[in-house]
Amino acid sequence: MEKRPVPKTSPVSEFFWEKAARGELWLQKCQNCSQFIFYPRVVCPHCFSDKLEWTPTSGKGKIYTYTVVYRTDLDAFTDKLPYIYAIVELEEGPRMSANIINCPLDKVRIDLPVEVVFEEIAPGLRLPQFQPHRH
Amino acid sequence: MNLRGIAAITGIGELKPTRNPEGKTTLGILAEVARLALADAGLTKQEVDGLVVGPPTEDSAFMWPQQVAEYLQLFPLFLDMVEMGGASGTGCISRALMAIATGRCRHVLCLTGGVWGTGIFNTLEARTAVMSTLEAEFDLPYGPMGFNSAYAMAAQRHMHLYGTTPEQLAKIAVDQRYNACACPQALFYGKPITVADVLDSPVIVSPLHLLEIVMPCTGGSAVVVSAAERAVDMPRPPVYVLGVGEGCSHNSIARMPDITTTPITVSARQAYQMAGVRAGDIDFLSVYDCYTITVLLTLEDAGFCPKGEGGPFVASTDLTYQGDLPCNTHGGQLSWGQPSYAGGMSHVTEAVRQIRGTAGLRQVKRNELCFVNGNGGALSQQCSLILGKSTH
Ligand SMILES: [Zn+2]
Repeated sequence: MEKRPVPKTSPVSEFFWEKAARGELWLQKCQNCSQFIFYPRVVCPHCFSDKLEWTPTSGKGKIYTYTVVYRTDLDAFTDKLPYIYAIVELEEGPRMSANIINCPLDKVRIDLPVEVVFEEIAPGLRLPQFQPHRH
Repeated sequence: MNLRGIAAITGIGELKPTRNPEGKTTLGILAEVARLALADAGLTKQEVDGLVVGPPTEDSAFMWPQQVAEYLQLFPLFLDMVEMGGASGTGCISRALMAIATGRCRHVLCLTGGVWGTGIFNTLEARTAVMSTLEAEFDLPYGPMGFNSAYAMAAQRHMHLYGTTPEQLAKIAVDQRYNACACPQALFYGKPITVADVLDSPVIVSPLHLLEIVMPCTGGSAVVVSAAERAVDMPRPPVYVLGVGEGCSHNSIARMPDITTTPITVSARQAYQMAGVRAGDIDFLSVYDCYTITVLLTLEDAGFCPKGEGGPFVASTDLTYQGDLPCNTHGGQLSWGQPSYAGGMSHVTEAVRQIRGTAGLRQVKRNELCFVNGNGGALSQQCSLILGKSTH
């Protein structure tokens, strides 16, 4: 069986994964145009400033769109079928891929408020995931 | 500088898509279709002074254009590889047009094709090979189902925003299959389907069913683009390139600015502007259809109906070759098959057959003006063409 794919980090993204390993979701924020960006970069894609600062986020967002995956040919995911693959829009603006976990399939919907949770997929490696927001 | 009508398609060559590659190689396929296209154009290979190729499949992409040139013993003055994913077919025509416009070439041979099968993206290794480093880091760990999940998420949001229904999307696959049943070359010739068949087929990634998803296969398509002043003396009636436009907005679907609005808004606008026509002037369409949702978004973004009204539009429009707005008369890739990058080129070759009036059983009545679209990646990159029977 193929192993679950793990993120191959880069010097630019290392900080993101270090914070994730501690259960925190940090993004870069541009000090020139004030926008949060994702994925990590060396220049702001909005204004090309290189003044980017790592900033903690609320970890809250909503489902921008999703799909329920019923068939996959990736070995590592066959025992998870069916699972929710989604794009989450964070309160701070950027969108990121994630699974929606701890969520029954009949409860998932676009615009559903979600919050970040961290799933350990390898020793010392925690993946930001999202679950329905608990009030 | 308006390039409208300065070049024309003067030859096409194509292999029947197959799910059994029978020991074929990509170079061999390109040679077969090159031979067919030059014969169709009435050209010798010595007259070809430009070579534009789509990317290879099983071969190394390293200096691919010169690998192809050597195999064919062509010695072009201009050679290039167009990597625009599924938009590479129309992209080749766009590049050929520019080579002719600058006076560098008279006859540009455009070659696409390769050896593909259903397993093409279905292992971790293959999946990673078609992903950027950044997708591998930030998307792959979550288990995307290749391109399927990307297009499914576009369909899901379109349904949420506009009330588009599974039946409306299914209708696209059904109309195109009807067309394929009049196209003996199509992979799914002789296999008509109904909306119920589509909806009863397994959901692979919600809301997309198996019969809304393209079938990878093996094949090839070649096109000769010639300077218009040469084209008039060649054996086939010229099919003029009247408009071209390109657009790109992202790579990963997670970075698409608005997942229900494609850069076809940009590419189609440029193509119409260059051709001096509007969507309402178009007689028939030949547009990229890796999934049903791709066609629906194309109809909206190329101006055939307003944004959000694609569902009711396809439900009330006969998209068959007998209909009011024929679309993908060869069956589209959903029914013709997706022979690698030649899948995108098949929309060009079918438009040429229709405009020449050689489409046989499925010949459309009004065939003056065709809107062709190529779509690459996850709705990422687009190249639109307006092809026409005359320059008037
Ligand atoms: Zn900025």
